[in-house]
Amino acid sequence: MLQVHRDICGYCGCCVSVCPEGALELIDAYLAVEDGCTGCGICAKVCPLGALEVVDEGKV
Amino acid sequence: MKAKYDVLVIGAGPGGSLAARTAAELGLSVGMVEKRPAVGAPVRCAEGIGKEGLAEFVKPDPCWISADLRRAEIIAPDGTSMMLESEMAGSKVGYILDRKVFDRELAWQAAEAGADVMVKTRATAPILEDGRVRGAVLSSCGETRNVEADVVIAADGVESKFSRWCGIDTTIPVREIMTSAQYLMTDIDIDPYTTVFLLGNEVAPEGYLWIFPKGDRTANVGIGISGKKSGPGHRARDYLDRFVASRFPNGKTIEHIVGGVSVCKPLPCTAAGGLVIVGDAARVVDPLTGGGIYNAMFTGRLAAKTAADAISCGDCSKEALMPYDSAWRESPIGKTIARNWHIKEYLIRLPDEKLNDIIHSAASLNMKEFSTLNLVRELMKRNPKLVVELAALRALLL
Ligand SMILES: Cc1cc2nc3c(=O)[nH]c(=O)nc-3n(C[C@H](O)[C@H](O)[C@H](O)COP(=O)(O)OP(=O)(O)OC[C@H]3O[C@@H](n4cnc5c(N)ncnc54)[C@H](O)[C@@H]3O)c2cc1C
Ligand code: SF4
Ligand code: SF4
Repeated sequence: MLQVHRDICGYCGCCVSVCPEGALELIDAYLAVEDGCTGCGICAKVCPLGALEVVDEGKV
Repeated sequence: MKAKYDVLVIGAGPGGSLAARTAAELGLSVGMVEKRPAVGAPVRCAEGIGKEGLAEFVKPDPCWISADLRRAEIIAPDGTSMMLESEMAGSKVGYILDRKVFDRELAWQAAEAGADVMVKTRATAPILEDGRVRGAVLSSCGETRNVEADVVIAADGVESKFSRWCGIDTTIPVREIMTSAQYLMTDIDIDPYTTVFLLGNEVAPEGYLWIFPKGDRTANVGIGISGKKSGPGHRARDYLDRFVASRFPNGKTIEHIVGGVSVCKPLPCTAAGGLVIVGDAARVVDPLTGGGIYNAMFTGRLAAKTAADAISCGDCSKEALMPYDSAWRESPIGKTIARNWHIKEYLIRLPDEKLNDIIHSAASLNMKEFSTLNLVRELMKRNPKLVVELAALRALLL
């Protein structure tokens, strides 16, 4: 699943624009991960700050 | 906010505000919603705009102009510098804005023209009926309400979720998102009249690094790189930090800015039943420069005019709104986007050595009038070893 490191995120919406599932939504300064995220990691790759990480279900 | 408007605008960036202002000036009832608590903040922009283009929409005001530019400097991967003086660059010379104030001014003008404006109000879904858009569900400080509209103008920027909820795929391909980071820095040695662009695979892979002056010792220092080139340890911010550490080690960062800019082709269709898509949401950014302020204002205004025509005929179907789509595609911005997309695709494939060659010979040119076509023509004359590359480029320009 996708983990948002909120202390790093700059709430810019860059990740939202590349998610093929439309699973991210920026609510002002809060990035929400909605149902439908497949854990593909595209958003994590493009984030200018590295605030996103796809992590193993078990580890969360 | 009323329960029904002629036009409902989603997002209060330059695209949304121009749409709202224009629609209100045309006598329509207009609502504009912005999900952030303050229009224009946080900034997601390097704030450069051409003078002539800007003046088509708003009278320049020192309140929101941070710098008046005279020249641009392009720095090749090997450090060679090429200056473009204002006499050469013509209308390309411009301003660096203060977008917090600029965006607010545009929203203000929309409100003054008669539009209702609501901040901290987010569109969360379209209202769909018989396959067309009839309004939006809005969420504002814990309250949810439905607002109907004859035409919804989606001006929701790079995220472009509203159109997606209407069934239009707005996903930006990874290789065509410019992932960006920028510091507003002060106490640095810069020329307050010159914008600087640094190119090269080491500095900014498939993108560029910029220094845009904002005053005597202050500038936007930023970078955009292709999403394809971004990853752990080599993200936009990593490149920027490396550059800043070597070039401005004693500078002070007073604002930290991040963002994404699309450099893909525009959406294949920017109108649907009851819906028009403008600005970044429609992916009408210039793919070569990443500039989108002017294009957002241009498409915003055009969308409002088309909506007014459709509403006056009592027909807001896709067919009635399609003139918007064809009008911007046939306009100078549509043509520039189409052409610059090809140039961008050409340039990102060039190895640094070829880029150096081009800039070396361009730097020695004395062009009376700068245009991309002139540049290529001159370069072909002087640089036989680049003839294959340049011929390809020229073919795109003609
Ligand atoms: C780092 C960076 C540097 C740039 N530099 C330049 C430059 O130098 N020159 C230039 O011309 N362009 C530049 N751009 C591009 C420029 O910022 C955009 O093209 C421009 O802001 C587009 O205007 P817009 O109105 O379409 O969208 P935006 O200005 O992004 O406005 C969209 C608005 O919609 C709001 N919104 C989104 N979803 C919703 C919703 N569901 N409900 C309500 N509101 C919503 C957002 O909060 C936002 O305020 C840069 C971009 C970046 C990221
Ligand atoms: S791209 Fe990164 S910084 Fe921007 S909103 Fe997404 S997670 Fe946050
Ligand atoms: S991991 Fe993939 S599906 Fe999940 S939010 Fe990121 S881009 Fe979307």
